[in-house]
Amino acid sequence: MPKYLLIMRGTDESNAAMMADIDEMMATTRQFIEEMVKAGVLLAAEGLDDPGQGVVVDFSGEAPVVTDGPYGETKELFGGFFLLDVASKQEAVEWAKRVPAAPGAKIEVRRVPGSDEVPQVDK
Amino acid sequence: MGTADVEAVWRIESARIVAALTRFTGDFGLAEDAAQEAVAEALVSWPLASPANPAGWLMATARRRAIDAIRRRAALRDRYALVAADLAADAAVDEGIGPDRIDDDVLALMFVSCHPVLSPEARVALTLRVVGGLSSEEIARAFLVPVPTVQARITRGKKTIAAAGVPFELPQGAERRERLGGVLSVLYVIFTEGSTATSGDRLLRPDVAYEAIRLARTLAALQPDEPEVHGLLALCELTAARFPARTGPDGSPVLLDEQDRRRWDLSAIRRGLAALAKASTRGLGPYGLQAAIAATHASAPSVEATDWDRIVVLYEALGRVAPSPVVELNRAVAVAMASGPAQALAIVDELIALDRLPGSHLVPTVRGELLARLGRRPEARAELELAARLCANQRERSVLLRKAARLS
Repeated sequence: MPKYLLIMRGTDESNAAMMADIDEMMATTRQFIEEMVKAGVLLAAEGLDDPGQGVVVDFSGEAPVVTDGPYGETKELFGGFFLLDVASKQEAVEWAKRVPAAPGAKIEVRRVPGSDEVPQVDK
Repeated sequence: MGTADVEAVWRIESARIVAALTRFTGDFGLAEDAAQEAVAEALVSWPLASPANPAGWLMATARRRAIDAIRRRAALRDRYALVAADLAADAAVDEGIGPDRIDDDVLALMFVSCHPVLSPEARVALTLRVVGGLSSEEIARAFLVPVPTVQARITRGKKTIAAAGVPFELPQGAERRERLGGVLSVLYVIFTEGSTATSGDRLLRPDVAYEAIRLARTLAALQPDEPEVHGLLALCELTAARFPARTGPDGSPVLLDEQDRRRWDLSAIRRGLAALAKASTRGLGPYGLQAAIAATHASAPSVEATDWDRIVVLYEALGRVAPSPVVELNRAVAVAMASGPAQALAIVDELIALDRLPGSHLVPTVRGELLARLGRRPEARAELELAARLCANQRERSVLLRKAARLS
């Protein structure tokens, strides 16, 4: 069955709104996670730390170059994800609509192909 | 919003809505009918105007249909006033339903759908429809039966529940454990239909297996202290982990010894092993033991490097807690790998002498393989041809015939 990754994309504005009432956000997120566990659809969920703490490993040159975050020009930053095992794309979207997200945030819904979809070479 | 969107919301909400309505009305059949009416209305009205809160819309509509049905019934019996008062009280309760209550209701719904008064087919159909939120069409497709057959099973099931006066509550004490075993076996039947299709031209139907895994995950979340629930979940995850390697590019079956293990789903194996760890807190039960066998395969780099001695021991334990001729047959296969085909043949011949698996293609399949390994080719060929005649799955049958042909 296809899996879907719900990718949380926050802006400075939505991150600020989220941090303003972080306790409330943590509580509703916890509740949402429990709901997905009980529905039998959640495989993994993580939230990411402040992008300022991150580093970037850049493979443009011959050897990887490591620079400190943040990422420069980016407007929306990857802030966390939910990995779901659902019956359809529509169901993934329905769950995405229920994510407790601050105004301005976006959620990208991406399909994760199964290992059975990798082409097989006929021996 | 289109049909697929309505179906998606229903997938998520069906168990909670039917459970809540059954508790309000005390009538499982009525609750299920009302919920289905709400879905039918959603299919008509949502494409024209999407509700702001689809889940709330479904619950409110289903509740209104339930009240309508009770009013019609109450008018007939002249009990209108009484029932209306009850409903008002229920509505008040509904405003303050806590999550624990909903969990218990969903669990009670699983117990009702898998109740022992129901036929095995009705248990499967009701569980998938009511708890899983599948339509009759989807269930019919899953089990390769006509849609009216599924509808008849559901209608009959609801009548049986009403006639037997099955209460909507969680069984307690020893009955709880026993009934939980019934729920687990329904989920396993659904899984098995997906993992080894008993008929038809496809060996695997992963979408059917997925429904069982999803329901098992729900049950594990609602009954976290029951090791066998985790055991079943582990067994399903570890078995499903091999699906990508179990069929060749043309859909023909690939047996364990010929599977490309690099195609096994490592994430599913990891989930299966995690569930198995939870299953083994108080010693493994039948599902946990089967999961442990699957885990032994999952952790082996090849057939040769598999810990067959451990698998033999696990099958012996399984044979003690859940004796069955199929377990004996599997033990024979493991013994053949651990100690050679001659010892295994003795186990199979005893099964045949006692006529423990009459009409099954599995016995001659295994016997044929063992005879081939012992170099008794004409006998082996006859056994494999017999197995092909007995096998209902076309894909498996052609593999058996190919093997038989190679022995001539």
